Amino acid sequence: MDLLIFQVPILMVQASLDGALLGILFALIAYGMALQWGVMNIINIAQGEMVILGGYIAYTMYVMGIHPAYGVIVSPIIMYFIGWLLYKLVINRVVDRDLFISILATFGISILTQQLMNFIFGADVVVAQSNFGTTLLFDDMVTLPNAKIFSALIGIIFAIGLVLYMKKSKLGRAIRATSQNARAAKILGIDTERVYAATFGINAALCGVAGALISITFTLHPYVGLPYTVRSFMIVIIAGLGNLPGVALSGMGLGVFEEFSDYILGTEFRIGSVFTLLVLILVYRRFRLSRKREYLE
Amino acid sequence: MWVTMVSTGYRCSSGIGLSGERTIDELKINHDMEEKMLKIFHKTLVTTVSVVALMATAVTQARVDGDTITLGAAVSETGKYSTNGKHTRNGYNLAVKRINEMGGVTVGGKSYKFKITYYDDESNSGRAAQLAERLIKQDGVKYMLGPYSSGLTKAIAPVTEENKIPMVEANGASRSLFTKGYKYLFAVLSAANQYLEVAIDLAVEKNGGKPVKIAMAFEQDAFSQDVRLGIVEAAERTSSDIIIDDKLPKELNDMAATLAKVKATRPDVLVVSGHSKGALTAIRQISEMKVDVPMLAMTHCDASKLAKQHGKKSEYALCAAQWHKSLSYSDGFFGDGKKFDSDFTSEYGYAPPYQAAESAAALLVWKAAFERANSFDTEKVRDALALTDMQTFYGNIKFSSAGQNIAKPMVLFQVRCEGDECENRVVAPTKWASAELVHPIPKWSDR
Repeated sequence: MDLLIFQVPILMVQASLDGALLGILFALIAYGMALQWGVMNIINIAQGEMVILGGYIAYTMYVMGIHPAYGVIVSPIIMYFIGWLLYKLVINRVVDRDLFISILATFGISILTQQLMNFIFGADVVVAQSNFGTTLLFDDMVTLPNAKIFSALIGIIFAIGLVLYMKKSKLGRAIRATSQNARAAKILGIDTERVYAATFGINAALCGVAGALISITFTLHPYVGLPYTVRSFMIVIIAGLGNLPGVALSGMGLGVFEEFSDYILGTEFRIGSVFTLLVLILVYRRFRLSRKREYLE
Repeated sequence: MWVTMVSTGYRCSSGIGLSGERTIDELKINHDMEEKMLKIFHKTLVTTVSVVALMATAVTQARVDGDTITLGAAVSETGKYSTNGKHTRNGYNLAVKRINEMGGVTVGGKSYKFKITYYDDESNSGRAAQLAERLIKQDGVKYMLGPYSSGLTKAIAPVTEENKIPMVEANGASRSLFTKGYKYLFAVLSAANQYLEVAIDLAVEKNGGKPVKIAMAFEQDAFSQDVRLGIVEAAERTSSDIIIDDKLPKELNDMAATLAKVKATRPDVLVVSGHSKGALTAIRQISEMKVDVPMLAMTHCDASKLAKQHGKKSEYALCAAQWHKSLSYSDGFFGDGKKFDSDFTSEYGYAPPYQAAESAAALLVWKAAFERANSFDTEKVRDALALTDMQTFYGNIKFSSAGQNIAKPMVLFQVRCEGDECENRVVAPTKWASAELVHPIPKWSDR
């Protein structure tokens, strides 16, 4: 156990800000997963690969001499169509089936996407340079890369945009109706097939935005998608389906918790501590549910 | 399996024939069936025997067929190691081409050519072990070349050991490869624990011989943890203090916490190893967080194309390498490092990273061993390999009893930039230094 963070309290500020910025980025990916899980009952194992693919789109722009930050506009557009196409080719065949079938199908998509990215972009680890500079606070003791601040801002904008879209637009209302009861929505004239395709497309587009942001904040490699899938899965589990503000809060909370456990327990326990927290939350929820059940009886 | 099925069928038909009353027709049918079964049985037997015979011929022919010596290798063409797999294959292929052009391998007064049978291990250790079995048992390969990465070499080594097949490997540096008592494994490269030891010695030297404060962050994989062990030993030897010792997760994408600790504790040297991802993440975040350290030492700068991808942000980083083109070693096949560099570049269109150089050196070791053994007997060739003591363009090669190359030191280069052009310049060992070490690294506010 390392007590450095208590000896140098300014590190707490650094840890909180780093964690929150990281959490917003993960929450953005989790948003898409929560939406599609809630509407289509599909757990998308290929979520991380879609993020990385979005990142490669921004990276390709960077290689072509375009600033990678424009990737947050281009990448979601391309990814929306890729998502829509994936739905038409694969997902629509498994959407009403057992959850296990859809997990297998998306697992297949994940492997295929990895290999295709490897084939097209190569197995080298790559980065896109934003050259956004750094914000220095508290006598240079707290440093915030502007690329991370930019990522968080874009993440918040897209998250708010999504919530508004779901509430105000016709398609958003159709998506919500389908998620509540697909059969009833169909009877009332909603083209659920189109709703599903759009939902999968929106998820892919959100992955595209997150990927473009990752290309300027972290690194890209065809095989680094899994941590993003796992992290977004955890955020959704903690927040619950259909709880979009909860996703944002749980994303940031997990980010901050992760940073603090890194400082206190050591980097090697960073991921482990988050998983332990997940187990504790699930056990606590079960305990609460069982008490409620007893009361009802 | 076929034989068993057929013979079972044969017994069945005889069984029917013996039980109960039978008409003449029934007997005839049974007789016909028996004859048919016998025919099938004979056919299957003949086919099986021919296949086995063919396979046996293939096995005996595979190791030395006419004037060709076949070496086997499982190297990643797909998966996460595919880029380094390509460097490995290109290194092997260039050396095979060069050796064959220059007269091949002379054994028993006759000249033989090298040929390599490749399989794609998909960057997967289970697959690599399977393919090693296939190369040895089905293809009859008697001499092996290593795959790319410590992990895959660790998967293949038990197979080659069990079958007593000598393997010269060029891309497995993990120390654990040399502590298991393997007799048929020979590595031309320096072990992982030697990678960054030199950096600590250099930091102590620059500190006026006084101990230094070390901060380090290593990925949790076999190779990086071996590099860490080397640093721990160097710290003990120089009585230096390790003030940060972070073990980065394999899915590492963020080192912000480690670097914030470094900022707060101000060590004399920061050591990072986490393959290409670790090197690129470290430089990105060190530059973004304006972390000032007098010395920064890393691995995989070459493989990650650090100087190209991060440009001036990577300046002054010290990098461990197995080989650099400016070293003055030479041999009769590739000449010196610079010649190898230009030959490789004209053949494959890119400058050779050290992974390609060490792979090419493995073939030179094989050639010398065959000629010294003057035989194709695996035991004799293995003994000749063990006695290797030679110089190649890549460095001196002499194996310890554990099969580790003990004759070649690691080199350290420093990334130096002129304008926007950055390149790697050797700074240690001083014998080959082409540039003076810049120490301490200028502060970010002055850069």
